[in-house]
Amino acid sequence: MNGIAFVLAIPALSVPVLAALPGYRLSALVNIFASFLTLLAALSLFGWRGAPTSYFLVDDLNVVFIVLNTLVGFTTSVFSASYIGHELETGRLTPAYLRFYHTMYQVMMFGMNLALIANNVGLMWVAIELATLATVVMVGIYRTHEALEAAWKYFILASVGIAFALFGTILVYMAAQPVVGEGLPGMTWTILVTRAANFDSGLLNAAFVFLFLGYGTKVGLAPLHAWLPDAHAEGPTPISAVLSGLLLNVALYAILRFKMLMALNPGVIATGPLMATVGLISVLFAAFMLYRRRDIKRLFAYSSIEHMGIIVFAFGMGGALANFAGLLQMTMHSLTKSAIFFTVGHIAQVKGTQRVSEIRGLTESHPMLGWLLVLGVIAIAGMPPLGIFTSEFLIVSSTFARAPLLAVALVLGLLVAFGALLLRLQGFAFGAPSDGRAPVRASYLPIFAHLALVLIAGIYLPPVLVSWFQHVARMLG
Amino acid sequence: MHGLNFDIAHLLAGSLVLVSFLLLYQDRLYALLNIFAVHAIVLSLSVAWQAHIQDAPHLYITAFIALIFKGVVIPVALHRMIVQLGIHREIETVAAIGPIMLAGLALVGLSLAVMLHITSDANLIAREDLAFALSVVLLGLLIMVTRRNAVGQVVGFMSLENGLVLAATGARGMPLVVEISVAFSILIAFIVIGIFLFRIRERFDTVDVHALDRFRGERS
Repeated sequence: MNGIAFVLAIPALSVPVLAALPGYRLSALVNIFASFLTLLAALSLFGWRGAPTSYFLVDDLNVVFIVLNTLVGFTTSVFSASYIGHELETGRLTPAYLRFYHTMYQVMMFGMNLALIANNVGLMWVAIELATLATVVMVGIYRTHEALEAAWKYFILASVGIAFALFGTILVYMAAQPVVGEGLPGMTWTILVTRAANFDSGLLNAAFVFLFLGYGTKVGLAPLHAWLPDAHAEGPTPISAVLSGLLLNVALYAILRFKMLMALNPGVIATGPLMATVGLISVLFAAFMLYRRRDIKRLFAYSSIEHMGIIVFAFGMGGALANFAGLLQMTMHSLTKSAIFFTVGHIAQVKGTQRVSEIRGLTESHPMLGWLLVLGVIAIAGMPPLGIFTSEFLIVSSTFARAPLLAVALVLGLLVAFGALLLRLQGFAFGAPSDGRAPVRASYLPIFAHLALVLIAGIYLPPVLVSWFQHVARMLG
Repeated sequence: MHGLNFDIAHLLAGSLVLVSFLLLYQDRLYALLNIFAVHAIVLSLSVAWQAHIQDAPHLYITAFIALIFKGVVIPVALHRMIVQLGIHREIETVAAIGPIMLAGLALVGLSLAVMLHITSDANLIAREDLAFALSVVLLGLLIMVTRRNAVGQVVGFMSLENGLVLAATGARGMPLVVEISVAFSILIAFIVIGIFLFRIRERFDTVDVHALDRFRGERS
């Protein structure tokens, strides 16, 4: 028994428990408790991880993802407990749906943890599909017209993406099979990585294209992003936070793993330029799309597309510095964006609307929420001294050194997005308050925790973390 | 080399592509579901043949799942569902059939060109299988984009998954985990879709995806 078993078993065991529990308060507490235990188990992986088996693997790369995943999973469960009570009162959800919601929450956490911990490309694919299906039903849980359309769109696009990813996975196996032999070894990471140099490079090329298209749909990269804003806007806000903060990262992790595999084969196309191009397109596209958003959650969903673009761009540029910055950006984005969604969830509840034009003067009517939103948006827009500034600065400066023209385009995207976010923030936070002065019953703790981490990371990165990320960045090549 | 083995594998995989073409232009839902059942049966034959020539008994399970689940259970269930929803007589306005067929041909040409080119070292059966599988996948996508009806899109998606199963079984010795997972995921996908269909029915009395288009982001 080690940490791996607990990281998987705790969510898996809490699924039947949550399905059986009737009261929503109790299930919310069980949900928090299970998420907390999973976080502890994930933290134990730092010291106590065991050798890779043919199904599970913990190395220095995925431990970062797992800890981030379980941390945000835990804080979101805390937020969700204070959020759903209100949804029950307003009648948007019934107790039966809440039971379903909590069950699906743990199914999703299980799927994501399994995807991150899998040592087998097939198992990883199954896990990502499981997590996707769990989120699809959660997006549609309000059963309004808009929620159903969003869930349907998400389901169709994600399924096509997942189908492409499976085709790519099969091609990887086809490339590996003549070298490593038939059966399980042909799908095991640790074995694939040692023998990748001898694989057929034509097959690997085709495989990467399919994998990048497939998992890229799930990351929300520009031409394949259509599901993302709808899914964020229409589902319950805790799910928006988890989608942006975690599920996009899990898909990105899959792409990074395959990129590492490709890098080991001398005959293949360079994957970096492909990723950098798509990333840059996502940044520019999302930055301009930010201006005409009328729904507050949709606004921040486009900002997620922008940030995933930046991250994929950074990993596409490659090299120790850009990879380091990409990892940092990913961590900071997860923390900041989920904090923003926590705030936005409460704002939408007190204002009774998600329309941008009807949310005004928050710092006056709800000072705490208002200022937290200001802080969150400042962080996500990349202002110093918060964490995202550090990582964006590193990405831009390392790009300037190697490809100045790309850096100009990237900076343009960042500035355009910055302008859009500050423009909207002005309306949200200041001026005469709009209707909806209901008192907030929020738990600010998750928001404080996330923003505090982002602030600390912007001012002082602990040397342990820096050396860890540097080590992982070198692994990524 | 083993001539007959190859010929039969080739025949069955090729038939799957042809049945995909049949799916492409069906404008009646009943006919679409019937052809989908044929699609699944051809797939199960093809998988069973692969099990025979690769001497891989676990593939018989995959073939069996394809036959029973996708060849019988799902078409019957969808039949009943569309009768319940009262849309079984509807004729779908698939866009002009000629251009769609041409597009389908182009996709098959593309997948053959790509796959046969990059897999020149692989064994012959795997090559052909992979090329046909990619054709089925791409045709499945084409079916999905040309349908407006939710049931039609689902059938397109399932035919796409059939293509994936064909590819997975063509890859020699691919671990069982994937085949089961594909079957399993279809099951889950189907449940999800079932929920969706009923909810859509509950709310708008139609499964025409066009009825969902009123929303389109944030036009309001």
